[in-house]
Order: sequence, then structure tokens, then C-alpha cells
Amino acid sequence: MVATGYLFAAIFFLGGCAFVLGGLAFADTLNALLLKGRKRAASKFDTYESGEIPLGSAWVQYPLAFYIFALLFVAFDVDIVFILSWAVIFQQLGWFGFVEIVFFIAVLALGLVYAWRKGVIRWI
Amino acid sequence: MLDLPTVAFYIIAILLVGTALAVVLSRNIVHAALFLAVFFGAAAGVYVLLNAEFIAIVQVLIYAGAVTILVLFAIMLTQNAMSRNANPFAGQWWLAAIICAALAIGIIYAVGSSKMALLSANASANMTTAGAAGGSIVRLGQLLYSPFDYSYVLPFEIASIVLLVAIVGAIVIGRED
Repeated sequence: MVATGYLFAAIFFLGGCAFVLGGLAFADTLNALLLKGRKRAASKFDTYESGEIPLGSAWVQYPLAFYIFALLFVAFDVDIVFILSWAVIFQQLGWFGFVEIVFFIAVLALGLVYAWRKGVIRWI
Repeated sequence: MLDLPTVAFYIIAILLVGTALAVVLSRNIVHAALFLAVFFGAAAGVYVLLNAEFIAIVQVLIYAGAVTILVLFAIMLTQNAMSRNANPFAGQWWLAAIICAALAIGIIYAVGSSKMALLSANASANMTTAGAAGGSIVRLGQLLYSPFDYSYVLPFEIASIVLLVAIVGAIVIGRED
């Protein structure tokens, strides 16, 4: 039924989780036994900013332009799924399939051209 | 005797129900969105168990990847959502319960009346046929694109227009001019 490849993948996944969690538990025990032990300091719960002192909250409102990027990403992600399922059998489909996919990509390209002309695809 | 797929199914099922409840019950809407990502990943596991591997990959690619990002961005763009207790529709749980119950009845009816339902006459035979034919990306491509046997050509081309409308609509609404 289910290919054994998934079993191996699951074993590797669980092994990876065990490795990380076990390492953390080991480090924590070592810390508790040999070093200063656990202390609840306020700075431990700071937002991580590469060692800098964080400014403000990480929970800020993002510019709206990012949402358009995300939506463009979703649209072309769906595009990839259709193109992939076409690409596996494009030789069987012949010219009919080719015209189909060209029309599909052309319609989506219109969206990309529109976004481009409206100046959406620019780094803010 | 429990075989491996059954064990895997129960693990995935518990994960699915648990994360779905966490999405609904979480008071913090960002946490709800992250639980939704786990839920989408577990749903991909169900597709793998059903031998629909391409659908499973699509589930991870589109839902666990792209849709989760879209949801998180929508949350982070909203002014009030970033407060710690910002699930503004939590008071309307009874309305959601009614809609969910109606949806569940619809899904159970649809599944129960399908040719692969356990109650139908030759369920296991139908299941085997479907398993042999479906699940493969080649068969899926033939169904979608071939003009001959069972064509979805028109819905496929309409899908591109739907995507175009989504792109243009987001740009028209989202741009601050």
C-alpha cells in the first residue's frame, strides 16, 4: 500500500526531532548540574535580534504591498501545479495541449504585465 | 491486527483533529494561523495514505506553503490582529457551529453516496480500480488536458482567468495611490 520510502522518511524525521530535543535536554541538564542552573531573567524572553537590544515589539503592522507579493506568489504557485501536470504528458497531447498551455500562461502573464506596469514589482 | 498504514492514519487523524481544534479555540489569531499550517501538512499525510501523492505534494506546496503565508500576511496587515487576544469573531461561535454542522452533513452525504463508500455494493473493487487509475500525475494530466476522453479543458482555461482576476483585484484594491 504505502511505499516504504515514507516509512524511512518518517524514521528520519523522528530521528531528527529526537536528536534536537535530546541535545537540548542534555544541554539543559548539564547546565543545571555543572553551571549556574536555571534563572528566570527578563532578557531571556526578549525578541532575538542578533544580539542587539530589540527596539519595540516584533508584532508590528506590515506594509500592504507585501500582501500583493504574497498573492502573486500564490497565483504563480497554482500556475506551476498546472504546468507540471501538463509537462508530464505534453508529448501525448501534441499541438492541442501546447495551445492550451500557451493560452493559460498568456492569461497569467497578463496579470504579471499588469503588476509590472502598475509598479507593484519593486523593492520597497 | 493493526498494519502500518492504519497506525499512520490514526496518528495523522489525531494530529488533524487536534490542530483543527487548536485553530478554532486559540485566543491568539497568529497561533491559530500557525496551527492551520500544521493542519495542512497533516492533511497531506492523508492524501499520501490514499495513494494520491501528487495531490499530497500540491497540498504542501499550495496550502502549507502559499496559503499559510497569505493568511499570515493578511493577519499581520490588520491593525488590531497583532494584539494578544484578537479573535474578534469568538462571540459568534454558535453561528460557526451551525454552519460547520451543515457542512459536515453535506460531506458525509457526499462521501456516503459515492461509489467508494463502505456501504456501497462493491466498495473495495471500486476502490482498487480508482487506486490503479487515479493518484498518478499522468492520469491526472490526461483528464485535465486531453480533448478526447473526459475533458476539463474549459475549466482549466477558466482557472487561468480566475487567477488573473485574483492578481488584478489584489493590485487594484491593495495599491495606495
